[in-house]
Amino acid sequence: MRLRDNIAVSESGFLFDPNSGESFSVNASGKEILRLLAKGKSLAEIEDAILSGFDIDEKSFNRYMDDFLHTLRRFNLIEAATDE
Amino acid sequence: MSKRKITIAITGLNNTDNPGPGIPVVRGIRESDRFDARIIGLAYENMEPGIYMEGALDKTYLIPYPSVGIDPFMDRILEIHKKDPVDLVIPNLDAELFTFMKAEALLRKNNISTYLPTLEQFEERQKGNLDSFGEKYGIDVPHSKSITSVNDIPELREEFEYPVLVKGKFYDAYIAYNSEQVINHFNKISAKWGLPVIIQEFIRGTEVNVVALGDGTGETIAAVPMRKQYITDKGKAWSGITLGDKKLLQITRDLFKQNKWKGGMELEMIKTNQGIYYLIEINPRIPAWVYLAVGAGQNIPEALVRLAMGEKVEPMTTYEVGKMFIRYSYDLIGNISDFEKLSISGEL
Repeated sequence: MRLRDNIAVSESGFLFDPNSGESFSVNASGKEILRLLAKGKSLAEIEDAILSGFDIDEKSFNRYMDDFLHTLRRFNLIEAATDE
Repeated sequence: MSKRKITIAITGLNNTDNPGPGIPVVRGIRESDRFDARIIGLAYENMEPGIYMEGALDKTYLIPYPSVGIDPFMDRILEIHKKDPVDLVIPNLDAELFTFMKAEALLRKNNISTYLPTLEQFEERQKGNLDSFGEKYGIDVPHSKSITSVNDIPELREEFEYPVLVKGKFYDAYIAYNSEQVINHFNKISAKWGLPVIIQEFIRGTEVNVVALGDGTGETIAAVPMRKQYITDKGKAWSGITLGDKKLLQITRDLFKQNKWKGGMELEMIKTNQGIYYLIEINPRIPAWVYLAVGAGQNIPEALVRLAMGEKVEPMTTYEVGKMFIRYSYDLIGNISDFEKLSISGEL
C-alpha cells in the first residue's frame, strides 16, 4: 500500500487531503511512516526503518502500526499499490 | 491595459451572519484589472451592512421587494437608471431572480445588460423538481417531494424514512425525525417563504459545494469546489477550503455541457462515505462564498461581467487547492445623517 498521490505532508507533520478538505497532524514517527509509504516502501522496510530510528520494540511497533494503518484507511489516505 | 468604464448595479448587500453574495461580488469586480467600475448598490432594507462598508459601493438606492409585482419593481429600477445610467445589473438573491429574468427584455430595451439563466433552466432546477432534474442529467439526487399542506405530511411515511429534510423554496432547511417535527418546520418555513415546502430524503455524508459560471453554450468558464469547515447555527459557511476534487468538477462540467447553463451557479452536493455524490440543491446565482474562488485564482464576478458585456472569456481551469476563507464580524461606525438620507430620499 502507499500514501495517495495527492496527499501533502508538511515538515511539521501537517497532512492535507485536497479531495476531502480534511487536515490532520502526526508526530515524528507518524510523519516518517507516511514518508516511507509515499515512497512505496513495503511494511517490512518501514518496520526496519522505524525500529532502527525510534526507541520502540517490535511488539509495540506492530500494535501501533496496525492502529495507524487502520486510521489511514478509514480516512481514505492510503491505497493499494498498483503491484499489490 | 486601460480599464473599461462600466456602471454595475448589484443586489444582495446583506452582509449579516446569513450573508448575501453582493459584497463578495463587488470585491471581485473591484479587483479586476479590466474594469473601472462604478458600483450601485440596490438595497431592500436601509440597514443592509454593505451600504455602509467603505469602498464597496459608489451609490446606493433603496428598491422595493419583488413581491410588489414586476411592474412597480421595474419602474423603480428604470427610475434609478434614468437618473444614474446602469450598464449591467447583477441580481444576487434567489427570491428576485424570477422578476429579473421576466424583465430581461425590458431591461435590454433600456440598455441594461443581465447575465442570467433562462426561465426554463431556472425552473427545472427548482428544489421540488430535483428528482426529474437528476434523471434528465444523470446525476444522483435524494428523493424530494413538494408539499403544500400539513395534510400531506402523514402520508410521507409511505415514501420516506425518517429523518428527512424540510426545505423552503428559496431558503432554510431543517432536519425532522418524525412527522410532528415536519409539521413544526412546515409551519415555520411556509410562513416565511410561502409554498411549496420541500421534503427531501436525508443523505449522510460530507457536504461539498461548487461555485461555477456557464456561458450558455455548454462551456464551463469557471468552477471551484469547496468544503465548509465551520458552519453557523443557520447552516451557513463561516469558513471553507478549496478542494482538488476532480470528480466534483467533472460532474459540474458534464451538467453545464448538457443544460447549457448561463450565469453563476452553486451546486450543493453530499459525498457519501462510499464516494457517491448526491446533488441536493442548485442555487441559480453566485453564492456568498464566491470571494474564495477569487482568492484561489478564478475571478468569477469579473468573468461574469465580461460575458455580460459580450466579451469572449476563455475557460479558467486552474485554481489553488487548500485556499481558505474565514468570515468575521466587524462593527462599522455610521452616521445617523446617512441613515436619515437613505430612509427619507431612498438613496445614499
